[in-house]
Amino acid sequence: MPGKLKAKIVAGRHLPVMDRASDLTDAFVEVKFGNTTFKTDVCHKSLNPQWNSEWFKFEVDDEDLQDEPLQVTVLDHDTYSANDAIGKVYIDIDPLLCSEAASVISGWFPIYDTIHGIRGEINVLVKVELFNDLNRFRQSSCGVKFFCTTSIPRCYRAVMVHGFVEELVVNEDPEYQWIDRIRTPRASNEARQRLISLMSGELQRKIGLKVLEMGGNAVVGYLQCFDLEGESGLVVRAIGTACTLDKLSSGSAPNTNTHMHPNTAPASNACNSPSKDGKEPVFGEDLTSSSGPPTPFRALPTTSSSPPPFSPSKPCSRQSSSSDTDLSLTPKTGKNTCFFYLQEFPFFTLTSFPPGFLVHVGGVVSARSVKLLDRIHNPDEPETRDAWWEEIRQEIKSHAKALGCHAVVGYSESTSICEEVCILSASGTAAILNPRYMREGSQLELEPSPPSCGFCHIPYDELNMPFPAQLTYCYLCRRQKVPDVLFTTIDLPPEAAVTGKGCLIQARLCRLKKKAQGEVNATAISNLLPFMEYELHTQLMNKLKLRSMNSLFGLHIQISVGENMLLGLASATGVYLTALPAPGGIQIAGKTPGELSNEHHILTIQKRINDTIAKNKELYQINPPELTEEVVGSPIPEPRQRSRLFRSHSESSDEVSELDLSHGKKDAFVLEIDDTDAVEDIHSLLTDAPTPTGFYSCNTEIMPGINNWTSGVQMFTSVRVFRLSNANLTNQGLNKIFTDLCENLLKSFYFKLRSMIPCCLCQLNFTVAVPEEELIQVTVTAVAMTFDKDQTQEKTADKPPTKGGSETEEQLQFPLELCADSSSANCQPTSKISAASVDYGSFADRCSTWLELLRLKAHTMRRGSVKTISSLERCSPLPEGRSRSLRSSRSFGGSSVTVVKMTPLSFLPGTRIIKYLGIINMFFIRETTSLREEGGVSGFLHTFIAEVFSMVRAHVAALGGNAVVSYSMKECMLMENPNKNQAQCLINVSGDAVICVRETDQEPTPSTTNIGHTSASATDEAT
Amino acid sequence: MTMELDVFVGNTTIMDEEVYQLWLDGYTVNDAVKVRMDGGVMEECEASADVLLSDTMDQYRTFQMCERLLHSPSKLGNQLLFQIPPHRQAMLIERYYTFDDAFVREVLGKKLSKGTKKDLDDIGAKTGVTLKSCRRQFDNFKRVFKVVEELKGPLVENIRHHFLLSDKLARDYAAIVFFANNRFETGKRKLQYLTFQDFAFCAGQLISNWTVGAVGEPSVLFPSFVCYMDVDLDKEFLQELKELKVLITDKDLLDQHKSLVCTALRGKTKAFNEMETNFKNLSRGLVNIAAKLTNTKDVRDFFIDLVEKFIEPCRSDRWTAADIRLYLTHYNNSAHILDTFKHQVVWDRYMGVVKSCIFKMYHD
Repeated sequence: MPGKLKAKIVAGRHLPVMDRASDLTDAFVEVKFGNTTFKTDVCHKSLNPQWNSEWFKFEVDDEDLQDEPLQVTVLDHDTYSANDAIGKVYIDIDPLLCSEAASVISGWFPIYDTIHGIRGEINVLVKVELFNDLNRFRQSSCGVKFFCTTSIPRCYRAVMVHGFVEELVVNEDPEYQWIDRIRTPRASNEARQRLISLMSGELQRKIGLKVLEMGGNAVVGYLQCFDLEGESGLVVRAIGTACTLDKLSSGSAPNTNTHMHPNTAPASNACNSPSKDGKEPVFGEDLTSSSGPPTPFRALPTTSSSPPPFSPSKPCSRQSSSSDTDLSLTPKTGKNTCFFYLQEFPFFTLTSFPPGFLVHVGGVVSARSVKLLDRIHNPDEPETRDAWWEEIRQEIKSHAKALGCHAVVGYSESTSICEEVCILSASGTAAILNPRYMREGSQLELEPSPPSCGFCHIPYDELNMPFPAQLTYCYLCRRQKVPDVLFTTIDLPPEAAVTGKGCLIQARLCRLKKKAQGEVNATAISNLLPFMEYELHTQLMNKLKLRSMNSLFGLHIQISVGENMLLGLASATGVYLTALPAPGGIQIAGKTPGELSNEHHILTIQKRINDTIAKNKELYQINPPELTEEVVGSPIPEPRQRSRLFRSHSESSDEVSELDLSHGKKDAFVLEIDDTDAVEDIHSLLTDAPTPTGFYSCNTEIMPGINNWTSGVQMFTSVRVFRLSNANLTNQGLNKIFTDLCENLLKSFYFKLRSMIPCCLCQLNFTVAVPEEELIQVTVTAVAMTFDKDQTQEKTADKPPTKGGSETEEQLQFPLELCADSSSANCQPTSKISAASVDYGSFADRCSTWLELLRLKAHTMRRGSVKTISSLERCSPLPEGRSRSLRSSRSFGGSSVTVVKMTPLSFLPGTRIIKYLGIINMFFIRETTSLREEGGVSGFLHTFIAEVFSMVRAHVAALGGNAVVSYSMKECMLMENPNKNQAQCLINVSGDAVICVRETDQEPTPSTTNIGHTSASATDEAT
Repeated sequence: MTMELDVFVGNTTIMDEEVYQLWLDGYTVNDAVKVRMDGGVMEECEASADVLLSDTMDQYRTFQMCERLLHSPSKLGNQLLFQIPPHRQAMLIERYYTFDDAFVREVLGKKLSKGTKKDLDDIGAKTGVTLKSCRRQFDNFKRVFKVVEELKGPLVENIRHHFLLSDKLARDYAAIVFFANNRFETGKRKLQYLTFQDFAFCAGQLISNWTVGAVGEPSVLFPSFVCYMDVDLDKEFLQELKELKVLITDKDLLDQHKSLVCTALRGKTKAFNEMETNFKNLSRGLVNIAAKLTNTKDVRDFFIDLVEKFIEPCRSDRWTAADIRLYLTHYNNSAHILDTFKHQVVWDRYMGVVKSCIFKMYHD
């Protein structure tokens, strides 16, 4: 019995009227955990019942504590018939299991019903007493912290980054288990909610176990998704980065030292990959095997490695990369050794890193695969799904290797499902990480290039390039080679030197597809995929040039499948990296130069393009310093630096023409004016409206070029669904509709948020879906943040000095290394490997001791927690005393609701995070059979999203927090049937609950400041 | 580009005050879009008509969702669905309960019943207020009335506490509730020149001087509670008013009163002659109003009586507001010097209110 869970039901308020005769309700509460249920007394005839129950105690395994949510059901007592359910609250008690997170859950929770929505609120108190358990074979992983944040959390220091963790669990979907009988909506929805909650708990526990095995104590960049595979089942999967984190005492500066764990124990390695031992895809139809196809054309359906100019189409390089998917210890380039090769998947879900961690970035690597879903026969052995992902990860790894990189950062995975077809996608950025961080005390190597441009330098061998690319000497250090364009999935490294500001760049694409079934359908889709990726890259490239920028950060390409079309949406933040060469312009060429009118037409278009480029340069303040040609030493002759508007994404190679012939049979290099596609391209290029004055937008954490945020923050979610009315649409028509949809959405945001100017939309996260044949759904979550306009210019002006400052700091931090041989990079490999293998044992030792320590620490903390609880109670947002006094007054006059801020970023400007309270991971279903009465689909979804926000806020407030960071809406699945007056929607959200204080505040007591605030407003309103 | 679905939800609920006002005023979405376009909001942010339409629809939906909460404003403060900063909440409530003076003037003193509600289209047409807005305002009156009707304690305080309104607005609602409860006649042609604010002022005077609560004596039964009603006039006081009749029935007293007043007024005003001639008439008018107030019917006619018996005669004689002030002050004070007149307290309580009401109601 390693744990005792205690719950107390205090009161309810604003309950719905359940008895029409008396206009009142006889409410009571059932509290359920596992198979144990307790009941409160019935509180007769009240809409604001006071139960003030005893403490209900559950004695349970900590394994169950991790898996199960506490289920609170509010019911209306009925003497003669069955009791009516009012609604439920699921409380995830995971945050209470970690000593450093919350110690009590106490507050008002919205009572939620899947049919009626929120129906009143209930005040609940929950505590957990954990007993010390030294069982080594335990199945629980209490104490492992989880963070959605994709960087090292603000009040922690990374002692070690261990690497990739993944897990998935599968089950039958309760929605499809009423086959012969009639589906009862409430029962089905609640069963699904509960099941997903259970599965998430189990998944988190299993990942936690892996982390403990690796010797870590936390998962950073935890990304959990679920796939509703329809009748074939339900998959919940998660990936993350295992770390060992140390809490920083407030005041001490964050130490940037991070060490990579060289390897995991062989035993745990085997454990890490249940799918490793040769399991074969048994159920799914593997249509496009990801490894193997040696011809570039065949390879494309499943794979695409970027950046665009680096097409994976060069036959020789493709072949080599796809053939050595096995774990080779020989690095592609002799330059860096890689302990990472020892790891099965040297992947990191992080998108920003401690300074110096990232050495070089190769480019985007991605892989897609189309699968046919089949029933998961044995939920305990999810080997098919495991194998699918394993395959994709192997491919990503081989792509990274082809780019001369040993690791993949900013890694993420996603799926798109339509009927029985599923597209699995994974993408990341191939990178070389600093071996210096591998081990503590072995900081031998000094990165020779200045930190502000080092990551731009090519990781691959110049003479043996994996793909054709134009290289120049770095415009900052002039020593190393850099590519002409750089695409990545990560955030802009803070030390990077940037010219001007960044902006959101999107490529949008629709492709019609014939309706088909099964294998035929899957083949059709996989045949379309490469063309879509190719088009998207071309668009991105052209738009990048149009904005006079040379790199993309936070690139996210989503391809969504529907019954009769595929949607592709690529979003990224364009930046002008000072280290990279200036992008060339865009040139238009006509096919038939003889015609005069044509020539004139070309000239007008060319002029428009040039004007736009000039305008954009001004808009984004891109004024790169003038460089003398000789210093640049550009190997590219001047005229060729102007790249033309290509139908292909590659500049010069012959290989691409091969590829091109395979699908075009036309000269695709030059944009021809009598080519309708090309006209369309230009059109789409020029229709992108510039952001209105005072607005900036990006899809990364921070906007390059803005760093003086003020405190205005507005997180929002917006959903639009467009019904295609025209039955015979062309690809072009669809593209236009889709582009307009996205553009109008952005315009709407600018308009709605105009009161916040000057302001920047950050982490603009677009998700597209084809929920039904004629529907296109776009879901956006982002945050608008205000900033100080005047200071912006100042800071940008200051930029070079600041950079210099960080540089010296870096140097000061490792003064000894400055003297070390800076050219020793090449002779490092062997020594590093040996160092790792020698020290491995001692590390394992340290891990186990650390485990003991953790347990001891957890034990003492837990015992000490009694005190914390009482003090917390006193200052919790709604202490008992206060709520009672509120109750005694006739009306609930004053405002007693804690303000909870939400943001998709890892920080709130102007504040300091002082405590992480735990992960928020919630899944809700809402259904209605009275769609019209609820204001149509818009009214229905508007209410539901508002309800989800309010439930997230309530849970955070109950944990004692006042903000959610790294918030994301990972799923918003809407199904409607207006004819039947019905609709159903599923939403999955996640984030990190935190306590943050204003940066100016000295010693933080957020909850008390909160009380001060709320009580002040309460008295305000009471008087 | 018309959307099948189009929603925007902020963590902090975004509300545009201008759109809120349009919604309150009962504009349809399309009309509201037109008004906004004409207002030039489009140039502000390079928006298109589509954007404006989408924004307006979104805001309207938000307001509709909030409306339920606005019906019991105290709930708005501790509900969890919308995160709205306290000052915005106050704005929402205040605006929601704000009414058009033109509209309220039409229903003032009427029974807040279904019957009146049926007449709202006519009232709307007459005042130029949209039917939707009329309904909202009428329902607000009714809601406030229903809640405070049964409550003990000071009326204005009760309204302010339960509906979280500003002092000014709470006072106006107190006037509306008071008028509706006592069914004062305000609709007659002769009263048409009076504005809502005139009546609201008078109502305030009546509430604070003529109701049970005005005396401020704790009840005998529940000494610890302030147990009185502000909505009804003090019945005892109304009975006592009958005693004032002596001022006009006793010939000596009437003459004495007149000579005292005339002495004081002589040479101070141009209208002296008219005052002297009309004294008995005016005095009879005022005292008769007082004596009749025990009848509910006559209570209702209080204002029309004031106009007919006092204001109109004065106006036809072209008294200035200063004349009225002068006359009534001396009329009131002189009664204290009458040695046989014993009802000084009741007289002052009556005349204090009548005086200030007439001052307010006498427009030059």
